[in-house]
Amino acid sequence: MSKIKILTNGLVKENPVFVLLLGMCPTLGTTSSAINGLGMGLATAFVLMCSNFVVSLVKNIIPDKVRIPAFIVIIATFVTIVQFCMQAYLPSLYDSLGLFIPLIVVNCVVLGRAESFAAKNSPVDSIFDGLGMGLGFALALTILGGVREFLGTGRIFDIAIYPESYGALVFVLAPGAFIALGYLIAVINKLKAKN
Amino acid sequence: MEYIMIFIAAVFVNNVILSQFLGICPFLGVSKKVDTALGMGAAVAFVMTIATIVTFLMQKYLLEPFGLTFMQTITFILVIASLVQMVEIILKKVSPPLYQALGVFLPLITTNCAILGVAIIVHQKDLSLLNSVIYAISTAIGFALAMVLFAGIREQLSLTKLPKAMEGTPIALLTAGLLALAFMGFAGIA
Amino acid sequence: MAKLESSFKNMVLVLTAITCIAAAALAGVYELTKEPINQSNLAKQINAIKAVCPPFDNDPMADKIESKLPDGSIITIYPAKEGGKFVGAAVETYTMKGFSGYIKLMVGFNADGSINNYAVLQHAETPGLGSKMQEWFSNTDKPSQSIIGKNPGVNKLTVSKDGGEVDAITAATISSRAFLDAVQRGYDAVKDQLKQ
Repeated sequence: MSKIKILTNGLVKENPVFVLLLGMCPTLGTTSSAINGLGMGLATAFVLMCSNFVVSLVKNIIPDKVRIPAFIVIIATFVTIVQFCMQAYLPSLYDSLGLFIPLIVVNCVVLGRAESFAAKNSPVDSIFDGLGMGLGFALALTILGGVREFLGTGRIFDIAIYPESYGALVFVLAPGAFIALGYLIAVINKLKAKN
Repeated sequence: MEYIMIFIAAVFVNNVILSQFLGICPFLGVSKKVDTALGMGAAVAFVMTIATIVTFLMQKYLLEPFGLTFMQTITFILVIASLVQMVEIILKKVSPPLYQALGVFLPLITTNCAILGVAIIVHQKDLSLLNSVIYAISTAIGFALAMVLFAGIREQLSLTKLPKAMEGTPIALLTAGLLALAFMGFAGIA
Repeated sequence: MAKLESSFKNMVLVLTAITCIAAAALAGVYELTKEPINQSNLAKQINAIKAVCPPFDNDPMADKIESKLPDGSIITIYPAKEGGKFVGAAVETYTMKGFSGYIKLMVGFNADGSINNYAVLQHAETPGLGSKMQEWFSNTDKPSQSIIGKNPGVNKLTVSKDGGEVDAITAATISSRAFLDAVQRGYDAVKDQLKQ
C-alpha cells in the first residue's frame, strides 16, 4: 500500500468517527466549539502517531499474551506527555478539555490501531496510518464542533456569522451533541449510498 | 443529606452518559436488548466501585507520598485492566452463575472510559473515600439506568420503518439526544 | 526477528522494562514542564488580579490575607497598594449555590468599597445561560444589570425579584443569585480591611 493511500484511508474511507464509529466519548464531549474539537483531535492524532510508531518498533519483543497491557502503558505514557505539555503551554485549552485528555488512553481508536495496524506493519507505515487516522479524527471533531457552534451560537471558530440570540442553544448542550452527530452520520450514509 | 445529594446529582443531574459523555461506546454498542443492557450495567457497577476504592488507595498511599502523581494515568489504567482480569477469574471460581451473567461484558469494561473517568474525577473533586465510593456507586446506577431506558426504547425502535440513511447509529444517536433532553429536566434539583 | 515466546519470564521482563522506560520518560517530561505549569497558573492568578483591581505597584500575591467568614469558609484577599497607599483589593471568593454548585470569582474593590471589576474564574453553569455571568453583570450600558461601581455596603446587591438592585440574567435566576451571593461574601470578607 502506498503511503498516500494509507494516509487518505483514515481521513475519508475509514474515518474513525463517521465510518468506524470509534471514540464516541471525546467526540461528543469536547465538541461544543470548533476550536475545542480541533484541539482534542490534534492531541489524539499526536498520541495515535507516537503510539503507533513505538508499538510497531517494539512489536517483536513483546510476548503475545501481554500485548494489550504493554500497548496500554505505551499509550498512557504519550497521553500523559500531551497532558503536561498542554497544561504548560496551552492552559486555557487544557481547562476546557479537562478530563477528556487523560481519557485519550481509553479511546478505542488508539488501542484499536495499535492492535490492528501497528502490530502488523512497519514503523514508517504505522506513522502514516496514525497520522491519517488522527487527522481523520481531528477533521470529524472539527466539523462536529463547527456545526454545533454555528447552530448554537451563530459563530464558527469564534467568528460571528449571525446574531447569537437566533442560535438554538440546545446544540451547545449535551442533547445537541447526540442530535448533531446523528444527523451528520445520516448525511454521510446517504452520500456513501449515492457513490 | 450530603450522601443523598451526591447520589441524586450523579444519577440524574449529571448522568454519566447523558450529560458527561462517558461510557458512550457500550451505551451504543450493547443496548439493543434490555437484558444485555442490564447485565452490562451490573458489571460496570461492580468494577467501577472496586476500581474507585483501589485507585483511591493507590493515589493516597502510593502516588502522593512518593511524589509520583505524574504516573496517575498509567497506574489507574493498569489497575483497572488487572482488576477486570481478576474479577473475571474470581467470579468464575466463586460464583459461576454470576460469571455466566456478567462474564461476556467484563473484557469490554477495560476500555469503558466511565471507569477511568470516575477514578480521576473523585481526585479532581477531592472527595473523601466514603464519598468517592458513594459517587462511584451512584454513577454506576446512573449508567445502568440510562442503558436500560435506552435499550427499552431501541427495542421498540427496531420495529419502526426508517429512511435507509437513518437506520442504525444515526437514529440511536437521535434517540439518545432526546433522552438527554429529558434528563436536562432534572437540572437544578441538586 | 522472531516473536518472543510468551513464557512467564519473558512476560514479566518485557512488562517491567516497558513500565520502567515509561516512568523514566514521564519523570523527565514532568520535570521539564513543572516550571511552565506553575508559571502559567501563577500568571492566570496575577492577570485576574490585574484585571479587576485599580492600578497598583505592590505584589498582591506576597501580601495576601486570609479572612474567615462567620460560616467558617476562608476567603483569600489580595490587597492592592500604590506607593504604599491602600487603593483597593482583589478578593478570591466563591459560592456553592450555583445551578451546578461551585462558582469561583475574583472581585476587585476600590478603597471606598465600590466594585471596580470582577472575573469569573471557575464555574459549571449552563453554557449560554448561567455562563453569561462575565458579560452580563459588567455591562455598564445597562445600569440595572451591572454591578460595576456599586457598593455592596450601600447598594442592595440581590436580584430585583428578591427586592434588590440587580437584574438577573434572563432565564438564569439561580446562577444570578449565586453570583451575587459570591460577590456579597467577598465584600463581607474584605470590609474590615477597607475601613483601615
